[in-house]
Amino acid sequence: MWVLLVVAVVVVAWVIAAYNGLISLKNQTSNAFKQIDVQLKRRHDLIPNLVNAVKGAMDFERSTLEAVVQARNQAVKVNASGGGPDAMKQISQAENALSGALSRLMVVVERYPQLKATGNIGQLQEELTSTENRIAFARQLYNDTATLYTTKQQQFPTTLVAGMAQASPAELWELEDQAERAVPQVELSMKPRT
Amino acid sequence: MTAEVSLNLFQQQEANRRRTTWLVIGFVLFFAWLGFGGDVIIYLSTADDAPERYHHVFPFLGIALTLIAIGVAWYSYKTGPQKVLWATGAREVIDPANDQERQLVNVVEEMAIAAGLPRPKIWVIPDEDPNAFATGHEPRDSHVAVTQGLLALCSRDELQAVIGHELGHVKNLDVRLMTTLAALVGAILLIRDGMGRSMRHGRMPSGGGGRRGKGGNPLIAVLLALWIVSWIIAPLITQLLALAVSRRREYLADAMGAQFTRNPLALASALEKIEHAAAPTAAIRRGSAHLCIADPLGRRVTSREGWLADRLATHPPMSMRIARLKGMGYAQLKKEGGLTA
Repeated sequence: MWVLLVVAVVVVAWVIAAYNGLISLKNQTSNAFKQIDVQLKRRHDLIPNLVNAVKGAMDFERSTLEAVVQARNQAVKVNASGGGPDAMKQISQAENALSGALSRLMVVVERYPQLKATGNIGQLQEELTSTENRIAFARQLYNDTATLYTTKQQQFPTTLVAGMAQASPAELWELEDQAERAVPQVELSMKPRT
Repeated sequence: MTAEVSLNLFQQQEANRRRTTWLVIGFVLFFAWLGFGGDVIIYLSTADDAPERYHHVFPFLGIALTLIAIGVAWYSYKTGPQKVLWATGAREVIDPANDQERQLVNVVEEMAIAAGLPRPKIWVIPDEDPNAFATGHEPRDSHVAVTQGLLALCSRDELQAVIGHELGHVKNLDVRLMTTLAALVGAILLIRDGMGRSMRHGRMPSGGGGRRGKGGNPLIAVLLALWIVSWIIAPLITQLLALAVSRRREYLADAMGAQFTRNPLALASALEKIEHAAAPTAAIRRGSAHLCIADPLGRRVTSREGWLADRLATHPPMSMRIARLKGMGYAQLKKEGGLTA
């Protein structure tokens, strides 16, 4: 009789702990996702400044600039529309396109020493590097948290309470196409300005 | 990998909370022993005196010292981060004044995102030697300080790696334990100096030993010897504690930093640079040495492994840390190379 009672108490305690663990991971995952949003917004706000700063000096590289502006507007639009069944895939596609356009622009800027010398660009470049890093790290944190959440809800004992916690596997934020992976990382080639 | 790390993290946080509590309790108990021990000695040495002379029956020394210890421990715990920062002469970066500081702020904010922590307060120490430390009680209220020398020496990636290491300390609550310890080490040195002064003024019982001479109770002599030895070794004990607590943590924080940046080689190269610049960091005093990323005292023991180094250094040998990080880096490169091939 006592044994049964003890077993019951242990089981109930475990169910509560596992349930709360899943809920906490679920919230961490959605919070990490919001972080990506915040950083993406930051990038969208930064780009008009960047474009204005380099516009005058780069008349003959207009296509690169236009690609950036277009990719940015597309990304803003997709972000604003939200919702949709595969919203996440669309957002990440648009943002990846923007990343590509931006890194091409930064390669071009590197070719104009007089442009970099004007100070303003140096600061903007640092801001852009930082923003790209923030997005990358926010994504990294999201992917780590989401993987943890998904693993937890699929692993054996915890999977029994997954239905109760309404847990479903979280989508990972991935780079879509192989071409995207091949784009050289401009941030890494930037020398420190000290 | 992430699952293990996060489980480990939770245990690490718990262990650090527990150890901080024990540290504070141990500190108070130690002073209680000093106080009540002194009372017993005075009681025994006055017990068989003539009735009209002074008899020490009420243990006011023990009560006073215990209360003082509780007060000091509470005050040290509360003001620890401020004290540590103040002692190094650090100034907070609120509005970045130049490109270097702007980069520092950016890098710290990036790493806070990677670690999933709130942004810590950022401080710069006016010292030419490269070094860095973190302090605080909670991730919500934490501080990261770097020297001017580190900003000048490191590339962006290396700076990022160093900050990642420091945020590793913040995330697993190492900062709470290490800051409290630093504050208590400082407090013990201060109290001992104060007590030493009052002993010299002759109000403590140790000065009056001559009156009794050979006829005294041997128990008193033993107690007195123990008591005086305790006073002398108190700072030594706290410093040994500081050593014991910080060595393993450096490896762990290196690993966490590498997990945040996904770039262990950057931390390895930052550590190499810091080691080669190994002039002592003048701004960082002995009491907070165990908080830093590299031993600020530039002691020789840190450069070797071995029995002595294991016991005397606050930090594991640089060469071992660098070797471990490089191992992580090459494993990562191999994995990535395997994916594309």
